[in-house]
Amino acid sequence: MILLEAKGVNVVYQPGRGERIWAVRDVSLSLEEGEFVGVVGESGCGKSTLGFALTQMLQPPAFLESGVIEFRGVDIAGLRGEGLRHQRRRGFAVVLQSGMNALNPVRTIHHQIGDVLQAHKLGGEHWSKDAVHDRGVELLGMVGLDSSVLGRFPHELSGGMRQRAAIALALALEPELIVFDEPTTALDVIVQAALMEMIKELQRARGFTALLISHDMSVVLDATDRAIVMYAGRIVEDQGSMQMVQGGRHHPYTEALFRCYADPRADDVVLQDIPGSPPDLSLPDSSCAFAPRCTIAEGRCWHERPLLAEVGSGGAIACHLRGSSEESAMEGRQGGA
Amino acid sequence: MEHDPKSEKRLVGFAEDVPSLTVEHLSKGYRRRRGQGIVHAVDDVSFVIPAGTAVGLVGASGSGKSTIARLVTGIEKPDTGDIRFGRLSIAHAPHRSLRELHRKVQMVFQDPYGALNPVHTVGYMVSRPSINYLNMSSAQAAKHTEELLERVGLSPPKQFVDKLPHQLSGGQRQRVVIARALACEPQLLIADEPVSMLDVSLRAGILRLLADLQRDSGLSLLYITHDLLSARVLTDHILVLNRGQIVEQGVTKEVLQHPTDPYTKQLLDALSTPEVVLNPRTP
Repeated sequence: MILLEAKGVNVVYQPGRGERIWAVRDVSLSLEEGEFVGVVGESGCGKSTLGFALTQMLQPPAFLESGVIEFRGVDIAGLRGEGLRHQRRRGFAVVLQSGMNALNPVRTIHHQIGDVLQAHKLGGEHWSKDAVHDRGVELLGMVGLDSSVLGRFPHELSGGMRQRAAIALALALEPELIVFDEPTTALDVIVQAALMEMIKELQRARGFTALLISHDMSVVLDATDRAIVMYAGRIVEDQGSMQMVQGGRHHPYTEALFRCYADPRADDVVLQDIPGSPPDLSLPDSSCAFAPRCTIAEGRCWHERPLLAEVGSGGAIACHLRGSSEESAMEGRQGGA
Repeated sequence: MEHDPKSEKRLVGFAEDVPSLTVEHLSKGYRRRRGQGIVHAVDDVSFVIPAGTAVGLVGASGSGKSTIARLVTGIEKPDTGDIRFGRLSIAHAPHRSLRELHRKVQMVFQDPYGALNPVHTVGYMVSRPSINYLNMSSAQAAKHTEELLERVGLSPPKQFVDKLPHQLSGGQRQRVVIARALACEPQLLIADEPVSMLDVSLRAGILRLLADLQRDSGLSLLYITHDLLSARVLTDHILVLNRGQIVEQGVTKEVLQHPTDPYTKQLLDALSTPEVVLNPRTP
């Protein structure tokens, strides 16, 4: 059963009279119920903007230029006001990058949980102080926090605890979809590992659909069922995380990202970067956006934009050389060698 | 060490007679904001960075890494212990000798967005240390700035001198921060998580730049990080810090391959390295 389906999503940033930035370009994707999907890419590739677009959280100067976003079959793209609130109530929640910025600095965690419950209460529901307290203790328990955290202010919590509190808030209304936007970026390795482990367990136990947005390939592949790689506003690869890990055919950008990682315990550690920088998103892309940084780009990569095409095992790749049919992939390898 | 501003052939960032950094029984505590007691951020830490070597200081947040950086740069004073850079005592330096300290010890900060003044041009920021510390004329400083920008890979430099920080990418900004740190020709560079806020696709480039600078100029480098991979790539020796104490130290590769301290093992276990990341395929 498909929970969320996006078709042809385009998001544009237009600051004042400035030029238009096409941050998300013709993105289509669907999230199955209970699926854990990751989105990876460099800064500015449109991954967070996509997350905001899917949850109707875009703020000016960003706006949805075109596209359909269906949540349980209802197009939420045009929803405003009460209609949107109704969808958000039980529909989706977002966990932002920095717990500090997502939490209100002058209210205790207890008050903030109360705010969420009150703001979205259904008709006839009443949240007394005690009821909020009980629900708060329950929510904090889910994210591994002690009930004493309820009476604290965000600044009294460590970075990891703040992020857990933010997740508890996201869980408060039992949403069907939770978007995690770089949930571990500001945290150190040990806290990050523990938090990701907790997110994985919560997702398995509670069965919500999760979209994890991260620049960190290793975090995404470790946690998710399926990974989407974005480059310059477009999806360039969409494959099962296991397939990604096991090798096989990949977009050259995905492969380049892999080479940015290594095991520090190895005998020889070779770390590579991706020379060059992503293209200017105010310009249209009539060729492959990655071609200038690609090691195997050839003739048509410079003239024709590759479309996202299915490869075996249910994945899809947008590359003239690695995508489409098996033969052209072989030709591509020979041509690129 | 005397600097000769007239010498034209000076290699950018070149440092002569680099002394070693000696840290002995260093301790620093902070009073808790609420309740009683003192947090021992740095607790009896001793180490040496021999001239021209790169040493990594690794640990999770709160292990005291950044406090050590603040003490070594003289931003804060230790409670007890001593820090010496050659003949210069950093821990007990009178205020007037801080100038000499700042000239010899420079820092590369974590956040390239916060470390650059948004209203100044790249050229202004990179040339100030040459004018202030090396007594260069503005013409000399302008030339020096171009050499520095070229050196950190911002080429051609003329394209960058008039830019403001917001016109640069994160990686370019961090290169400007590095160029500025090199401008007064320091002998010790302290880099506090210089790549943690950059895209993975840029990390290797910045690390390679730091490694090249360290090797070519004979600089000493104290590299502070929680990222074991970058420590492995950049440093010869590492010190593992936990709760303000050094729990393990040695040659970087050996410590990472055969950790003996449980905390070092915990740091290694926290790495999320799927198989593909462990065995990267070559193109």
